[in-house]
Parts: sequence; C-alpha cells; structure tokens
Amino acid sequence: MARYIGKRLLQMIPILIVVAILIFSLMSFVPGDPVQIMLGDNATPEQIMETRASLGLDKPFISRLGSYLADLARLDFGKSYTQGTAVGAELMARFPKTLTLAFFSIIFTIVIGIPIGIQCAINANKLSDKVWMFLTMLGNSMPGFWLALLLVILFSVKLGWLPSSGDSGLNYFILPVIANSIGSLADIARQTRSSMLEVIRSDYVVTARSKGLSERDVIWKHALPNALIPIITVCGSRFGFMLGGTVIIESVFSIAGIGTYMVNGINSRDYPIVQGSIIYIAFIFAFIMLLTDLIYAYVDPRIKAQYISAGSKSKKRERGGIRKSYGKE
Amino acid sequence: MAKSKTSSNDNTRSVKPGSLPYIWGRLRRNPGAMLGLSFVVILFALSFFSPMICRYDYQEIVMKERFSLPSLTHILGCDEVGRDILSRILYGAKYTLSIGILSTAVSCVFGVILGAVAGYFGGTVDTLIMRALDVFQAFPNILLAIAISAVLGAGFDKVIYAIGISGIPNFARMMRANILTVRSSEFIEAATSINCSTLRVIVHHVIPNAISPLIVQVAMGIASAALSASGLSFLGFGVQAPTPEWGAMLASARGYMRDYPHMVIIPGMFIMLTVLSFNLVGDAIRDALDPKLRD
Repeated sequence: MARYIGKRLLQMIPILIVVAILIFSLMSFVPGDPVQIMLGDNATPEQIMETRASLGLDKPFISRLGSYLADLARLDFGKSYTQGTAVGAELMARFPKTLTLAFFSIIFTIVIGIPIGIQCAINANKLSDKVWMFLTMLGNSMPGFWLALLLVILFSVKLGWLPSSGDSGLNYFILPVIANSIGSLADIARQTRSSMLEVIRSDYVVTARSKGLSERDVIWKHALPNALIPIITVCGSRFGFMLGGTVIIESVFSIAGIGTYMVNGINSRDYPIVQGSIIYIAFIFAFIMLLTDLIYAYVDPRIKAQYISAGSKSKKRERGGIRKSYGKE
Repeated sequence: MAKSKTSSNDNTRSVKPGSLPYIWGRLRRNPGAMLGLSFVVILFALSFFSPMICRYDYQEIVMKERFSLPSLTHILGCDEVGRDILSRILYGAKYTLSIGILSTAVSCVFGVILGAVAGYFGGTVDTLIMRALDVFQAFPNILLAIAISAVLGAGFDKVIYAIGISGIPNFARMMRANILTVRSSEFIEAATSINCSTLRVIVHHVIPNAISPLIVQVAMGIASAALSASGLSFLGFGVQAPTPEWGAMLASARGYMRDYPHMVIIPGMFIMLTVLSFNLVGDAIRDALDPKLRD
C-alpha cells in the first residue's frame, strides 16, 4: 500500500513539471507589458528598463523558465510584480478560505445529493423520481454565480439574514456553499440514482430482502456500499473542480481565496500570481485524485488486494487503470 | 434524411438501434427533448430576426426609461441606461448559442482526431497523446479556459478558442474508449484483411461505429460550454459589455441588483433555460442509446 502511494506521488512530479512549463509559457504570451502597467504612463524608458532588469524580465525565455522551475522545486512561487510579496506565502494564507468553501460544498453536496439519488432509485420511474430528476437537471443547468446573486437578493437584501460578502466567519460561507454546490449536487444525485439502480437489480439484494431484512438495511447496508465506487469517482473529481471552480463564486462574495487572487493577478498582468495559483491548484487537484483512489481501496477490499499485489509484483500498469476498470462498472 | 425520418416513424423496430434515424425516432417521442429542441430553435430564429421583431433597438439608450420594471411597454423592463432588456436578450441569444455550439465543435473536432489516433494506433502514440491530455486535465477546465482567455484577451472568437481548447481532453478520452471497443470487433478485422487502408478503416468503419456516444457528449458539451462562457463573461474575461451577451449583462447588472433584481433574474433565467434545453436533449439521446432502457 505504502509502495503504491509512493509510486503515485512520484508519478505526480512529471505532470506537475509539465503543467508548470505549460502555464509559464502561456503566461509569457499574454499581451501587455507588466512593467508598463506597474509604473504607469509617466515612466521614463530608463525606469522601465531598470525595473525590467530587476524582475529578470530582460533575460531570454528559456533562462527565465529554468530559474522559475528551479525556484518551484524549492516551493518558491516567485514574487508578485505589483505587490512585491511572495506568491507562495500569499497562496498559503489564502488557501484555507478556498478549502473551507470547497470542503463545506462537497459535504453539503454529499449529504443532500446521495439521499436524493437513493430515493429516486427506490422510486424509479414514479412521479417523485421524475420530479427530482427534473429538478436536478435544472440545478445542473443553473449558473452557480447566478444562483449566488439570487441568494444574495433574497437572504441578504430582502430578509437580511446572512451577509452578502466577506469571509470573516462561518456564516459568511453559507450562501457561497449553496451556490457552489448546486451543479455538483445535481450531478451526484444522478450518479447515485443510476449506480443504485444497477445494484438494486442484483441477486444479493433479492437475497437480503428475502431473508427478511428491513428495507432500510437492504438499501444502506447491502445496496449502497456496492454502488459507492462510481459515486466516489464523481465526488472526487467534483471536489477537485470545486477548488478551481470557486473562482467565480469567490469573486461574487469577495472571499479572499485563491480564486480572487488569480482574477486580480490576471487583471493586473501579474504573471507570477496567475502561474502560482494554477500550479498550486494543480498540485492540490492531483493530491485529491490520489486520495480518491485510496478511498476506493478503503471501500472495496477487491481494489485493495489489487493495489497490494500490483505493488509487490511491480507490474507495469497504466496510471489510474484500476480506477477506470472499476469506475465504469 | 427525409427518407430516414419517415422510416423511423413507420416502424422503429426495423431501424438499427444506435443509428441516427433510430435516435431521432426515440427523440420524437420524448416530450422533454422536443421541448428543449424547440426552445433552442425558436430562440435562434428570434435572435436572427430580432432587429425586425423587436419594438426597440438593442442599443438604444433612453435615460428616462432607466431601471423601468417589466411592463406592457417594456415586457422585461429596462437596464441601467434605459435599453430594452427583451431586445438585448433576444439579440444576445446568438452569442450564447453560437459560443456553445462553436466551442463544442472545436473540442469535438480536435478531441475526436486525437482520441481516434490514440485509440487506433495504441502504443507510443497513444501514450504520448494521453500523457499530454493528463497535463491539461491536471487542473480544472475553467482555470484552463481563464488562463487561455487571459492570453488571447477578451472577445467573442477568443472565448470560443478558450472554451473549445479546454474541452478537448474530454472528447479525446471518450473517443479513445469508443475506438478501443470498436477496434477489437470482427468487422474491423474483416476490413483490414481485405486490405483497406488505415485511413479508410478509421473513416469508414471505426468512426461511424464509435460515433453515437459522441452525440450525447456533444449535446452535454454545448450545455457546459454555454455555462462556462457565461461565467467567463461574468468575470470580464469573455464577451464584454456593451455587447448584450447574457453573462456580460449579468456582470453589469450586478451593481444594481439590490434595487432592481429584474436586471439580474432575467438574463440568468435565459442562460438556465438554454443550458437546460441542451441537457434535456443530451439526456434523451443517452436514454435512446442505453440498451437497458430499450423497449
């Protein structure tokens, strides 16, 4: 098991390096001179040259890329052009806000979405199933930031119950979490419904029923655990996407997370901020994918056995092969 | 096309399951899908004829009408400078629809080519392509779209590239999986054994048989592309005001939402209905292709 984790962690490194190269190259094509923006229109050509040299922008692309990667290896994300602060420290300071939002969103999504999916599977093709499935599709079609604005109008402006922006307490996160969850919630409810439907038809569920177990035990102890793998896949990728997708929600509610940092970075042509934010999120994303794979092993002993044997035989296997073969069941 | 429509109408069972006429036959009997399809078609038509239909020009500023609520004269009210919201919504529909459709076309074309090549040839080519896609999928799609639009700048065509490129990996992965399934079937072996060229096998045998799951992905892809586009425009990285793109309308309405919620509610409602329509169609196609649901 430890060997498997180690191998996966090692496999993350090349991907992250290529991500860093890709994003660094992309950012170097951004039109507009950051130095010009920093110094304003009144700057003399000498000042511009001087600042450019102090930021290292006068060096050729390859050497800038090389020194950026070398810094990254020491977890140094560079310095912001406009603020002069270390990007890494700022990301660290902002990450808890983004994580809080994403974490509560995924919890909210799971707690609401899975029961809806189960209820729909139990009452498949009845009226209540159809109504819920339509509602989830509506949720899936709704722009999260629009729902956010509607929630602000209702709960902050009209009713005055909840704050409309800021991040200084947990109650500030209630509206953002709801707005951030709506699409994922719908997704997870649908995934739960379809994988429960597959399981409910199987023989061992019939056996469980015929030996007189209560319907609740049949669903929660026999059907759900076996339907869980595809649901976990969706939850894992949704959690990852929430960490990045909070960009828009963060800016609606002015939460000082990584998303707003990145948007500010783009608007002020502050490349180190943009690069740093994306690479940081890619790192977290890869980590969550690994965590998802480990949860599979916890949920399904067959997968655990496979990890262990794959580790000891060191069989050459495609990354995520296990996830693919089990996830598509 | 006309011929296949009638045949699917007369006797659905004689049509090969999974073929286009079969899907169309099933779609016709799905009220949700038909509703979604009609909404999109009508919206498209209204959008193109909006200068002729609408009572007001979409960019006509009438300061004394500013912030007017929905009424008989202005059915959906007016915005912060007194422009008629209904005219703007209808005129702007073509941006949302065409960004959705064109960016999905970009992802679909490149995704299908990459996925087909990876799946058909396997080996090193496959590894190379899939590892490259891994990199693009190492962070959320919307961030890639934002990063690309930061490079390209704001504007209608640039949003299409930004969202289109960020959608390529999904299509490629799905196409590759389809191809892998099809490639192992006997009719491919037969085609190869009668000396068909590789290109011919791919174009005439593999792709047609791997295409139907792709249709679902296209419908759903348009829905999510339209959503991402509105998000980008809302952040100011997409189509920008004063162009009446719905996301951009929401962005400029945001400052006035406390007093004039109609300016926020209406454009969002239209985004939702459009995305919902494509989702309904995609869902119906998926049901039509699912052998377990076949009657």
